[in-house]
Amino acid sequence: MTASSQAGTDETTLVALSREGDTVAFGELVRRYEGKIFRLAQHVTQNREDAEDVLQETFMKAYEHLDQFQGNSKFYTWIVRIAVNQALMKLRRRKTDKSVSLDETIDTGEDTMVREIAAWDEDPEQKFTRDELGGILDTAVQSLEPPYRSVFQLRDIDELSTEETAEALGLSVPAVKSRLLRARLQLREKLTRYFKRKGDDAFAYM
Amino acid sequence: MLTCKDFLHELSDYLDENTDKELRAKLEAHIAECPNCWVIADTTKKTIHIYKGMDPYPVPTDVQSRLMIALEKKIAAGR
Repeated sequence: MTASSQAGTDETTLVALSREGDTVAFGELVRRYEGKIFRLAQHVTQNREDAEDVLQETFMKAYEHLDQFQGNSKFYTWIVRIAVNQALMKLRRRKTDKSVSLDETIDTGEDTMVREIAAWDEDPEQKFTRDELGGILDTAVQSLEPPYRSVFQLRDIDELSTEETAEALGLSVPAVKSRLLRARLQLREKLTRYFKRKGDDAFAYM
Repeated sequence: MLTCKDFLHELSDYLDENTDKELRAKLEAHIAECPNCWVIADTTKKTIHIYKGMDPYPVPTDVQSRLMIALEKKIAAGR
């Protein structure tokens, strides 16, 4: 069986085949999720080398413990949990970083504060090339605090539900919700700098 | 009548369409009257839309092949 013939195979089948030691099937699962896991690992560790290690360890562990995957959640939710654990272990080992938990108390005070209010162009992304846009979006996410980044990636980029995100990150549903709101508002503000309509400055509506 | 603060608090659920009808009507009444909250809601919606389906990070080929070699070794050795 070639790799390409697995491309359309559903996940349950791929997991079942992988359990029987089918390298190609497991390779397809790796192919589907490696980019997302790699991004998440970089968001949590903030370090390229650690992220590469986390990526490898995640899929090694996933393969090792495949029989523990119940199949009542998505495969991706399950491997995110493994990846987050591996990434946090890296941070603890490094010790230079104090944020060893995604559940650390973060300032959730009244700072859903909005500083800039300006309308955007109808299709703001049209003003930029694909590469430029990718750079802008990436830089904006990278400038969020790590606990917000992971929540934002899983909810709004990878499109997991609130419950799945909570399960994957080991957070409560209200914690996911409040972090998501803050991440969205902060990103909105960062992107406004690039996307606001010409001549349409802050508080123009007041 | 909702305040702007109330509106912001419910913004995520509003954009995800997770509010009940009654609350939704109140939120919509608020943005009909409040241009600032309308802009915030509209630009936040565009923010979410723009990020949806953003390409994952490309995994460098050397990292990818190291992973596949390690996995094949593991599979060959049996779990």
